[in-house]
Amino acid sequence: MENAIEKHTIAVLVDNEPGVLARVIGLFSGRGYNIESLTVAEVNNADHLSRITLVTSGTRMIIEQIKAQLSRLVPVHRVHDLTDEGPAVERELALVKVAGTGDRRIEALRLADIFKAKVVDATLTSFVFELTGTTEQVDDFVGLMTQLGLVEASRTGVVAMSKGPAAF
Amino acid sequence: MSEQKLTGAQIVIKALKDQGVDIIFGYPGGAVLPIYDALFQQNDLKHVLVRHEQAAVHAAEGYARSTGKVGCVLVTSGPGATNAVTGLLDALCDSIPLVCLSGQVPTHLIGNDAFQEADTTGITRPCTKHNYLVKDVDNLARTLHEAFYVARSGRPGPVLVDIPKDVQFADGTYVPPAEVKHKTYRPQVKPEMARIEEAVDLIANAKRPVFYTGGGVINAGPFAAKLLTQFVKATGFPITSTLMGLGAFPASESQWLGMLGMHGTYEANLAMYECDVMINIGARFDDRVTGKLSAFSPGSKKIHVDIDPSSINKNVAVDIPIVGDCGAVLEDMLRIWKARAKSPDKAALKEWWGKIEGWRARNCLNYNRTESVIKPQYALERLREALRGKDHYITTEVGQHQMWAAQFLPFDQPNRWMTSGGLGTMGYGLPAAIGAQLAHPDAIVVDVSGEASFLMNMQEIGTAVQYRAPVKIFILNNQYMGMVRQWQELLHGSRYSQSYSEALPDFVKLAESWGCVGLRATTVAEVDQVIEKMLTVTDRPCIIDIAVDPKENCFPMIPGGKAHNEILFGPDDSPSDATPEDGMVLV
Repeated sequence: MENAIEKHTIAVLVDNEPGVLARVIGLFSGRGYNIESLTVAEVNNADHLSRITLVTSGTRMIIEQIKAQLSRLVPVHRVHDLTDEGPAVERELALVKVAGTGDRRIEALRLADIFKAKVVDATLTSFVFELTGTTEQVDDFVGLMTQLGLVEASRTGVVAMSKGPAAF
Repeated sequence: MSEQKLTGAQIVIKALKDQGVDIIFGYPGGAVLPIYDALFQQNDLKHVLVRHEQAAVHAAEGYARSTGKVGCVLVTSGPGATNAVTGLLDALCDSIPLVCLSGQVPTHLIGNDAFQEADTTGITRPCTKHNYLVKDVDNLARTLHEAFYVARSGRPGPVLVDIPKDVQFADGTYVPPAEVKHKTYRPQVKPEMARIEEAVDLIANAKRPVFYTGGGVINAGPFAAKLLTQFVKATGFPITSTLMGLGAFPASESQWLGMLGMHGTYEANLAMYECDVMINIGARFDDRVTGKLSAFSPGSKKIHVDIDPSSINKNVAVDIPIVGDCGAVLEDMLRIWKARAKSPDKAALKEWWGKIEGWRARNCLNYNRTESVIKPQYALERLREALRGKDHYITTEVGQHQMWAAQFLPFDQPNRWMTSGGLGTMGYGLPAAIGAQLAHPDAIVVDVSGEASFLMNMQEIGTAVQYRAPVKIFILNNQYMGMVRQWQELLHGSRYSQSYSEALPDFVKLAESWGCVGLRATTVAEVDQVIEKMLTVTDRPCIIDIAVDPKENCFPMIPGGKAHNEILFGPDDSPSDATPEDGMVLV
C-alpha cells in the first residue's frame, strides 16, 4: 500500500529568472524523480512570475519529497499538489498532423469532429488538427489517428487549476 | 550619498565589508583582476592567497565552522570556478554557510567559448544552495546581500555569485544590506507549538529514550548547544551524535554515549536499536548512521527536529516531525518541560541505563595495546592528553584517521571539530585548519591526517607558511589508503587494488623545504616527544609524521547493509553471514 505508485499534478509558482527551469529539471534528474509532463510560462508579467505545472509519479514518500525539495529552491514562491488538494481541471493542447487520401482522410475528419478537434491547416493530402482535452482524450485521439496516417503530434503537456473560487 | 557611483569591483568590496567579512580566501586570475585591484586599495578586508581554489573553499569552511560566520571565497572564471566545485559541494553536503564570488568573461562574450569561460552557474547549480549571474552592475549590491542572507538563513549552505568582468568595471549604485529583503526565501525558524507539546509528552513517558543529535545543533549556534546540554541533563537521557554534531553536548559528561553510526560505539548503536523514543535534533538519518534501513531502530517512536522540511520523512518515516531551528525548538521544549513540571520515568530510566552500562562495559574502542608498534589510536590518545585544557580546534582529512579522531578525541564545545562529513573530501583538513587558525590565531589547530589525504592538498603548506598559521599536521602514516584497504579486506578478498601509498615523500624534509618544522615518531616512546615538541611551535606550520601500524583497522564497524546490532568489534570478528549483495554495492 505504502509503496503504491501515485500520479500527481503539481503547480509551482516561481520567479521568472534565468536558470529557474534548469533548477527544477536538475532537481528531478539529479534525484531520480520522474517527469511525465512539464509546462511553463510567465503568468504575471508585472511581478515576473512563472507557473510550472508538472505531472510526476512515485510513492507517497517520493511525492512528499518532491514537494519539499521544490519548496526548498530559493526562487520558488509556492508549491501546490493539485491532486491532493483537488478537485482540479487539467487540460492539454495537441497539434496532430495526419496525411492520407480517400476513406482514411474522411474518417480522420469524422473522428476529429467527434473529438471536437479543429482543423487548423489543410492540404489535399493532410490535416493539422488542434485538440484540447484531458491527457486521456488526447491519448485516445492520437491513438486513433495513428491508424489513419499520423505523421506527427506535438503536445503541450498538462496545465491545471483547482476548481472553485480559491486562488493559487 | 546614495547616488554615489562605485565600480562593480568597489561595490563588491563594500558589500563584503558591510556583511562583516574580515577574511576572504582566493586566487586571482584574468576575470577577477578589477576586484583584486580594489582589494589592493583598501586595508579592512584581508585576502588570503591559497595555492589551489579547492583549498580556498575548504579554508573558508574551516573559518565558517570555527566562527559561526559566513565564509567568503574569491576565484576567477573557468578553471578557478571549476576547481572550487568540490569545495562548494562539500559545503552543501555539510550545510556550511559560504559566499563564493567567481569572475566571468565579459557579458558580450558569454556563450562564445571565450578564454577561461565556463558555464559556472550551470556547473555549480547542483553544488550550491543557490547561485546568481549578475549581468547588470546596478543589481550587484542587492545580489551580494541576498547571497549572504541565503547562505546563512534556514539550512545554511554555499551560494555562488558569478560576476562578469565588464560588470566589475562598470559604474553602479550601491545599496546597503538593510535595504535588501529577499522576495521568496523565508525558512521556517519557529516550530509549531502543538508539535512541541506532543514531543514533550512523548519524551516524558519514554522508557528507553535516546537523543540523537547532529550538525543542525552546531549550525544553530553555541546557544543551541547550551540548551541541548540543559535539556539532556534535565531528562537524564543518554545522548549520541553524528559525526557532524560532535561537541554540541560535552563528551566528558556521563550521559554521552559517543558517536553513532558505521564506526560509532557499541553502546550508541545499540541504544538506537533498542530505544522506544528517539529524539533526533538536527540530524538527517544519513546512511552512515542508519545502516540497514528496514532494521533501523524498529521499535521506536521518532521525533525529528530539522530546519529543512525536505529532510523529514526522506529516509526514515517519523512520528513527530518538527520543522524549525534547533535552538528555537530546544528553547520551546525546555520551557514546556519546565512549565509542565515534567519528569522522566525514573525507574524505567534506571533499568535502561543498566542495560547501556552493560554495553559500555564491552569497551568497544579498546585496541591491542602494544609497545612494538605505534597504534594510531594510541597516538590520538596521547594527542588528547596533550591538548587537555588547551584552547584547540581539530580538523581532519577523510578515512580511518578521521573515524579514529571522532572516536578518540573528546569535544566538549561546539565549533571545535571540522571534518568533511557528507561529501567525504580527502584534502579537506589542511586548508580547513588554515581557515580555523586564521580565525583563531592564538589557538592550537591540529589537522589529524593520513598520508594519502595530506598529499591531496599539501600545496597549502605554502599558504600556512605565508600567513604564519602554525597549524599542526598530525599524519597517522600507515602507508595505505587505510579505509580503502579495510573495505578491500572485508569485501574484496584482501586484494589491495591501488590502495598502497607508493613513493611517499620524506615528510620531515618536505616540512623543512618550506621552512616548517618536521617531526617523526617511529616508536611508541617517541609519540609523546613529538607531540610535546609540536606544541612549542607557534610561528610556523609543523608536520608530524607518525609511523603507525600499517595493518590496523577501524572498529567497531557496521558493514554496509547491516543493522545496528550486527557490529564487528575487531579483526577477529567476521560478519555474521557474508555481507549480502545489496550491502556490497553500498559505499
